[in-house]
Amino acid sequence: MSEIAAHWNYYLVIILMMLGFYAVIARGNMVKKMVGLNIFQTSVFMLYISVGKIDGGTAPILTGDPASVYSNPLPHVLILTAIVVGVATTAVGYALIIRIYEAYGTIEDDEVAVLIDSDQDARERADAEPAS
Amino acid sequence: MENVETLIYLLLGLPLLAAANTLLLARFENLRDGQAVLLGLVTAGCAYALYTSPTAALETVTLVQLAPQLTLTFTPEPLGMLFALVAGSLWPLASLYTIGYMRGAGEKNHTRFMFFYAIAIHAAMAIALSGNLLTLFVFYEVLTFSTYPLVTHKGTPEAKQAGRIYLGILVTSSVVFLLFGVISVWLLAGTLDFASGGILADRMDPAYVPLLLGLFAFGIGKAALMPLHRWLPAAMVAPTPVSALLHAVAVVKAGVFSMLKISIYIFGVDFLATTSASDWLVWVAAFSILAASIVALSKTNLKARLAYSTISQLGYIVLGAALASPLAASGAALHIATHATGKITLFFCAGAIYVAHHLSDIRDMDGLGRRMPITFSAFALGALSIIGVPPLAGAWSKLMLMGGAMQSDFLIIIFVLAVSSLLNLVYLGEIVLRAFFKSGAHSEGAMAEAPWACVVPLVVTALMSLGLFFAVDNFVLDFGGM
Amino acid sequence: MMQHLPILQVILPLLAAPLAALASRRHLAWHLTLVATAGAFAISLVLLATILRTGTPIIYDLGGWPAPIGIVYVIDSASAFVLPVVSGIGFVATLAARHLVIAEIDARDHPLFFAAWLLTLAGMLGQVTTGDAFNIFVFLEISSLSGYALVAMGAGRDRRALPAAFNYLILGTVGATFYVIGLGLLYMLTGTLNLADLSVRLAEIENLRPAYVALAFIALGLFLKMALFPLHLWLAPAYSHAPSAVTALMAATATKVSVYVLIRILFGVFGFEFPYMTQAVGGLLLTLGLLGAFVGTFAAIVETDLKRLFAQSSIAQLGYMAIGLGIMTSAGIAASFIHLFNHALMKGALFLALGVIAAQTTHLSLHTIKGAGRQIPITMTAILLGGLARIGVPLTAGFISKLYLIRALIDSGLWAVAALTFVSSALALVYVWKIVEHAWLTERPENAPVLTETPGQWAPAWILVLATIGFGIYAGPLVEAAFGAAQVFGPDIIQATQTIEGLQIIEGLEGQE
Repeated sequence: MSEIAAHWNYYLVIILMMLGFYAVIARGNMVKKMVGLNIFQTSVFMLYISVGKIDGGTAPILTGDPASVYSNPLPHVLILTAIVVGVATTAVGYALIIRIYEAYGTIEDDEVAVLIDSDQDARERADAEPAS
Repeated sequence: MENVETLIYLLLGLPLLAAANTLLLARFENLRDGQAVLLGLVTAGCAYALYTSPTAALETVTLVQLAPQLTLTFTPEPLGMLFALVAGSLWPLASLYTIGYMRGAGEKNHTRFMFFYAIAIHAAMAIALSGNLLTLFVFYEVLTFSTYPLVTHKGTPEAKQAGRIYLGILVTSSVVFLLFGVISVWLLAGTLDFASGGILADRMDPAYVPLLLGLFAFGIGKAALMPLHRWLPAAMVAPTPVSALLHAVAVVKAGVFSMLKISIYIFGVDFLATTSASDWLVWVAAFSILAASIVALSKTNLKARLAYSTISQLGYIVLGAALASPLAASGAALHIATHATGKITLFFCAGAIYVAHHLSDIRDMDGLGRRMPITFSAFALGALSIIGVPPLAGAWSKLMLMGGAMQSDFLIIIFVLAVSSLLNLVYLGEIVLRAFFKSGAHSEGAMAEAPWACVVPLVVTALMSLGLFFAVDNFVLDFGGM
Repeated sequence: MMQHLPILQVILPLLAAPLAALASRRHLAWHLTLVATAGAFAISLVLLATILRTGTPIIYDLGGWPAPIGIVYVIDSASAFVLPVVSGIGFVATLAARHLVIAEIDARDHPLFFAAWLLTLAGMLGQVTTGDAFNIFVFLEISSLSGYALVAMGAGRDRRALPAAFNYLILGTVGATFYVIGLGLLYMLTGTLNLADLSVRLAEIENLRPAYVALAFIALGLFLKMALFPLHLWLAPAYSHAPSAVTALMAATATKVSVYVLIRILFGVFGFEFPYMTQAVGGLLLTLGLLGAFVGTFAAIVETDLKRLFAQSSIAQLGYMAIGLGIMTSAGIAASFIHLFNHALMKGALFLALGVIAAQTTHLSLHTIKGAGRQIPITMTAILLGGLARIGVPLTAGFISKLYLIRALIDSGLWAVAALTFVSSALALVYVWKIVEHAWLTERPENAPVLTETPGQWAPAWILVLATIGFGIYAGPLVEAAFGAAQVFGPDIIQATQTIEGLQIIEGLEGQE
């Protein structure tokens, strides 16, 4: 039990990760998929941030005291980049969802799939009897 | 001697030149077709010059290096030069015949047809002169793909179906088995060059030689060894000049030639003999010979019957390769030439009958010999050569194969060959007898031969079968131990 | 100048992207893109020539910080081999993009289109150049995000591009995130992100369990990105509904770059000697590669939509690359590199040629090209030659790929895999011939629209077709360069072949059975 308590942050990360991943896979609503994706990514951010944290460490600012303990800044900086990437992904994703809603009138996976099939049928019919 | 090098380039280049001219002169029909015949004659001359050149076998021409250890190389050797001579001298005749047939039968797309015909000849020449296994494989595939448009020429659903079978069998077998064999040889021997005596002896475990040989025997689908023979009858839907090309000039001949070349220059006759690796192939070939002959009996379509006859005859050549005796190998090499002249005559005749009377069923040909005496006389000569009756060329090659069987102690094979000759006699003889001695729906009327462009080639090839019998000395190759 | 080439390789398209976005005058964006991609191509050729001449890798310290503290860009035999593939295809695809984009994309969107185009190119070039594992992720996302946008731009003609792009985004992001998770574990274990440093420190670590998990996450993420069966479902819709130019660019380069990154990580960081590498990862790659080869080929055989057909065939091709890696010898890696190069040429040629037709019709299917062989012979011949190369017909580049892949397989005693690979490549004949039968052996329906072609349309495709044939006839330098690239990751196993006696290979066969 103390094992879990000592690494509670990692367990939290795993739970979040699985929650997000599940939503991505199992949800048919595209907005919910995006939410799941964000949770999934955030869990990874937290994994990196946890790694950088050192018990009793301060912010990594040069103080001239060689004995001062500070957190590892590198993972934090990496995640700064990853957050930017995540924000961009989210933006592109929601932009696509808006366009899909405009084009199909729905953002449900299965309903869009039906419409995709009917698009295909329509085009095949057009092939069979080209407009003269 | 740079002379030989020039000849090699000419043999490879002239068909390509003919192909290019065909496209350039597409608008001028007579010029387009005339140059093909003319260049064909020059090619035949070159092939003969190369065949008789005393120093030919010493020359090697490397065209291009594909990759390290992989080159496109051409090395004339006796067997290859013989095949080049066969293909080269039958090409102008086939071209001339094509003109007569295509115009007579009202086929379309002449330019495309002549173009791919010339490309196919180019590929056959390259196979004949190939100096290593890679070159052989590369042009084997070129031949397959260049003949596909010919087989499907008519564009009908049956033609497309035939094309699918044709490509399906030939490409699949060559890619799955032949290329596998080629790469195995590359890894085993470290080289792909043909060398007399073979390159595999002492390089591999004798126990696996039959397996490797099997990769080649069934990889070379063009040799139409049963059960990979289906494409040949299927390809019968193509115009008759294509059948002539397939059966006599290039395609199946390239197949059995490759088989022979590989067994002689990759495995080596001695290596095969000492390991007994090819014994199983003897039986497969024997089965192919007899089974195809029996199927031929049941066919009433003339071209289909001839097709099965070809499958049976190809079995002879594979047999010659499998018997692993020098005499059988020589016999097989000779059989390439004798069967080519004989079978091309038969196909030319079949086409001439179709052009003149639009008949393709044997039962309709009763009495037709009286109206087409020249054609059916030539047919009779060709048939006798295939059966193996002296004084026609086929007699020699069969005799040598029997001798080879004796050399290798396969006495039962002599019996197989004899039975097969009898079957030949029945299924080919029937056609001649019907044409000359029965009377039927088409026997009355004035003489009606096909156009001269069809008749001249078939007379020439029939006479070649006859002439070859007397000039056979020049065409018996020595693979040692005669 | 010369010593800054590694960074210029990436910076040039990256800086050109915003400029293209701002370009207001008609065609200016395209001209900018053309200049930038031509520059990138030239730089990659100079880099390749330098590497081939000197043989020593070029290490570029970003901002003057040396490794492992700073980020380095590494140009070695492997990255120098892949860079010209990406930038060269980028250049040729840009040439074709002029007419394709005019036909398929609304004029107002051209600047943005080319901005995204340059970004995706910069991202791919960055993935290849960088020697830093996290940097790879950043560039991966740069190229992917702009890639999603590019795919979605197909919506002007076919609204299905939108859901295709969305699915691509979801799966692509999941893949990239998996990669980052794996990387995080590696960082926890070693404290470094530099690829070279990672491999050194990993070798010193005794408790490798987190590394196994890291390997699994990274491999899975990259399998998704390279569309290895069964993680390939995003590829066919994305490629078939994207604008034609985008399909050509991405089909030819995007998945290849992921293959390259996989090679870098698997063999450059973990190495052949890593526990479970040969059995687990190698076996998995061989199995999935073979399955992909068959599934992709069968899917292509039953497909009538041409873009989708060749997208499915890409799945099979990526399967072959996976097989090459799964052999776990440098000969296998070299075979994958050769195929990576050749496949980029073939697929680029095919999709650019298809683009000529796609720009003129609403739907590109077997019906649309009925009898097209007469109307647009030059374009259709390009498609035919691309298809033949796909089958691996001799005298095309595909043959060289197949030859070396099979050779590497047999050399390692994997006879059964070799035979199955042959079978699957022969099956490709079926769909190539379906195209031939429709285009040449069928009359064009009377009411079908008349197709046209101009040199400006087919020339880019033919550049790649001629390259395919050229590298099929004269493949020596390519093969040497590919073996040089494979050399980066391990001992020269091909040399060992020379000494292998035939008997030992036969013993390999026995072991297999």
